[in-house]
Amino acid sequence: MTRPLPPAITGWFTARGWSIHPHQQAMLDRAAAPCQLLIAPTGGGKTMAGFLPTLAELADGSRAGLHTLYVSPLKALAADIKRNLTGPITDMGLPIRVEDRTGDTSSHTKRRQRADPPHILLTTPESLALLVSYEDAHRTFAGLQRIIVDEIHALAESKRGDQLMLALSRLSALAPGLRRVGLSATVEDPAAIARLLARHPDPCEILQADPGPDPDIAMLTTEAPPPWSGGGGKYAIPAVLEQVKRHRTTLIFHNTRAQAELFFHHLWLANDAQLPIGIHHGALAREQREKVEQAMVDGRLRAIVCTGSLDLGIDWGDVDLVIQVGAPKNVKRLVQRIGRANHRYNAPSKALIVPANRFEVIECTAALDAVRAHALDGDTDHTGPLDVLCQHILIRACAGPFHADDLFAEIRTAGAYADLPRATFDRCLDFAATGGYALRAYDQWQRLIQRPDGQWQLRDPRRALRIRMNIGTIVDADKMQVRYQRSRGGAPLGEVEEYFASMLRKGDTFLIGGQIVRYEGMREMVVEVSRTPYLKPKIATFMGTKFATSTQLSDRILQMFRQDDWPELPGHTRDWLRLQREVSRLPERDRLLIESFPHDGREHVVAYGFAGKNAQQTLGLLITKRMEEMGLNPMGFVSTDYATLIWGLDPLDDPRPLFTRDNLVETMEAWLADNAVMKRTFKGSAIIAGLIDRNQPGGQRKTGRQATFSTDILYDTLRKYDPDHVMLEITRAEAMRGLVDFGRIEEMLARIGDRIDHARLTRVSPLAAPLFLEPGRIPIAGMADQRLLEEEAQRLMTAAGLAA
Amino acid sequence: MNALPFPFRGETLHALPSGGLHWPARRLLCVADLHLGKSDRMARRGGPMLPPYESLDTLDRLADDIAATGPSEVVCLGDSFDDLAAGRDLAGPVRARIAALMAGRRWIWVLGNHDPGPVDLGGTHLAEYRAGPLVFRHIAEPGAAGEVSGHYHPKARVTLRGRSLSRRCLLVDSARLILPAYGTYTGGLSCDRPELATLMEAGAEAILLGPQPVRLPMPR
Repeated sequence: MTRPLPPAITGWFTARGWSIHPHQQAMLDRAAAPCQLLIAPTGGGKTMAGFLPTLAELADGSRAGLHTLYVSPLKALAADIKRNLTGPITDMGLPIRVEDRTGDTSSHTKRRQRADPPHILLTTPESLALLVSYEDAHRTFAGLQRIIVDEIHALAESKRGDQLMLALSRLSALAPGLRRVGLSATVEDPAAIARLLARHPDPCEILQADPGPDPDIAMLTTEAPPPWSGGGGKYAIPAVLEQVKRHRTTLIFHNTRAQAELFFHHLWLANDAQLPIGIHHGALAREQREKVEQAMVDGRLRAIVCTGSLDLGIDWGDVDLVIQVGAPKNVKRLVQRIGRANHRYNAPSKALIVPANRFEVIECTAALDAVRAHALDGDTDHTGPLDVLCQHILIRACAGPFHADDLFAEIRTAGAYADLPRATFDRCLDFAATGGYALRAYDQWQRLIQRPDGQWQLRDPRRALRIRMNIGTIVDADKMQVRYQRSRGGAPLGEVEEYFASMLRKGDTFLIGGQIVRYEGMREMVVEVSRTPYLKPKIATFMGTKFATSTQLSDRILQMFRQDDWPELPGHTRDWLRLQREVSRLPERDRLLIESFPHDGREHVVAYGFAGKNAQQTLGLLITKRMEEMGLNPMGFVSTDYATLIWGLDPLDDPRPLFTRDNLVETMEAWLADNAVMKRTFKGSAIIAGLIDRNQPGGQRKTGRQATFSTDILYDTLRKYDPDHVMLEITRAEAMRGLVDFGRIEEMLARIGDRIDHARLTRVSPLAAPLFLEPGRIPIAGMADQRLLEEEAQRLMTAAGLAA
Repeated sequence: MNALPFPFRGETLHALPSGGLHWPARRLLCVADLHLGKSDRMARRGGPMLPPYESLDTLDRLADDIAATGPSEVVCLGDSFDDLAAGRDLAGPVRARIAALMAGRRWIWVLGNHDPGPVDLGGTHLAEYRAGPLVFRHIAEPGAAGEVSGHYHPKARVTLRGRSLSRRCLLVDSARLILPAYGTYTGGLSCDRPELATLMEAGAEAILLGPQPVRLPMPR
């Protein structure tokens, strides 16, 4: 049945000579469905498709109060949509008020919005969680009709998405009859997203828009071959500049902020034509980002060097070329990035991929094949994590007293928590209330108390402030602002991780915001820097999300290695693979290649597992632990998506025992107990679950550093005195899928069986060489430490003329 | 136990892997900054509810050190309790554990900035304690000689073949000795920070804790 639109809206379309896309009409026709998921390519009028039913329902001006809530993963997207929605609404002359609400909205406006909400409120998952935590949430959301979740593919399977869906479970309870709409880019398994979106057990209708023409995509050919190693793509700068000149506006994507910084810096140095080029990433100060965004909207920039911060649907208008620097790691993300170019429906997007080094030439070739074959990476089943659930319980408590039974029933309507056992819920509630310790130490200080009528509530209502301040599921490393010295109040240059800051010494130079600065010192948790004439930073910043190469891409690469020759690869890469085959051998899908060789006074072992970065990292931890037990004195390791390089003091004779499944699983058990990755995982979950606070009322963090202690100690203490504590259970579950990714190690072991090849070499192999320049080296705190420490002490004492 | 003996003001002292200081000639064991009751204090003040096991853990380690060194005298160098209320509210098992450790030996609670008054646990409460050529107080004083203090929770960072390692440490020069924090929930202050760097003489050394304590010039 075709639903007629109000004349004001049809008139607006007609006046522009536009017609409604079939999928927009379909969304309109089925607007009464409890849940709809629209899958459409970028530029397919997705957002309009989501909003049209709202505009139609609000057109007669008879409704007051909040009608539609729009949630997007990015603040910038909410602001952008506001612009793009307010224009047409004004032109159509509709009596509809649209406002956004994000972390950047003033507190005055936020207060007003709760009492007098607009018809359409645009927000983010975190701001929504905060809204839901207020005592007056039931008033704010009474009468809410629709909720639109934009870019839901970017939220699905992330903790932000889980938090959002829990907030939706609350909203559906506050506003019965609330209809849910999801807007998604092209994904492999729409049903999986629909399952997360729908109020369980409601059905969800899935609408697929026409995917449009295939993209025009190729590898950028350069005069100079890519370097043997490294990740910046600096070698390609002349060719990239040439492309920028030939196009109106180019987006240059990088996988990490550090690489974007470095690339931007070098691009500027080579930019003889003075082309206006900007940089955009999440660690830049907001003022800086906004300046770039505005310049982009005004069409004043010819290119933007960016990261995932521009992955999502902000409409940048005239982009006609997307360049991806570095292997994309994941075909789905590549396809979505390509979609950023030619933001017009039914026009092919144009994109170029720049491999950053020779291995990436292979990876990019495999990714291009996958894009042409329309093969996206598959999704896995997703069960809701318990740390997010613990936070949700606290958020619920902030809003007022509740019955455990009601909250449990409500939570089970969220797809990811549909199978949550009651006992697990009760443990999370106990954790939120008392800390959940075997030693009931906090009976008088507990957070939630049960009233005589059986309802749970905050013991001290002032606690709500602290809980609200810590809402959110993005746990970054602690960040410190970077400012120019003596620029009190001046705009910050950006942020660096606290750990990175702690490693700096006066005089060290590093890159931030495209500029090289000199570290001067730290004042009240601000990193102070000065300008420097140096052209090369001494210290590289390594930040940003680390993505693991998908199983599909790894498999495609291993497939390529089986070929006798590689005519599809550039000569230099082809020669490299030939050389590897000559001096060692190439990894194969159903075998595990281990190389070992001495280099630079240390012994090295390389395991080519092709299991993705996180799993390779875990493999590194397991193997080094075993090597430690064998007395081989491993000192550290580094992992990439395809291999792990381990260095230590003694050579490895036979790798086979190291890689048997039983050995690895057994080591895994012991290892889970005590290692850096587990501790990092614990910290993230502890912050989300509310075991420790990231932010404290009263603003500033303490500067007296002896007052704070590492969360590692909490992990150790819990393990020793309360090994069954729910936080440890959460940490283990987290570790299995996230950073530890043992699942992919299991996959690898099944794939290789007992087919392990050991190549003992006299020097570094061609394939291993790039690993030596890989950032993210992880030291092993083993006996090699003690041996080296004693050697170093001996050396220093002798040098200082002191007898040890 | 891998204690590291070192000379100080004509006496031989032992740095224990735990961060304790043993003076065999006096049969004296000294520990600094136990911060007992820290998790309790944080929860009481509306802060996080941390695993409430740190007092037991701290005392477990202290019991091991006492068993290994058999001291007739134990000096707790201030900030033994995270605050006075924490000292008063110590849970039964913690109290019993302390009583057992105190039995049969002299026990001195030096006052610290976190616990500036006495708690009802027996023992002697002193602002500072003199023994032979040494004086034990919580915070180092300018111009002091033969002084053993705590308060700063020193730690040191060293670079070993391109990697960096951070450990709790004792700091020692010809005039003074600063002990690391002994308590389980305690952080550290890097010894290259001005508070410590200016306090210690040019030739100061750091003794890094670990399975085998290691002595080296104090990193600055």
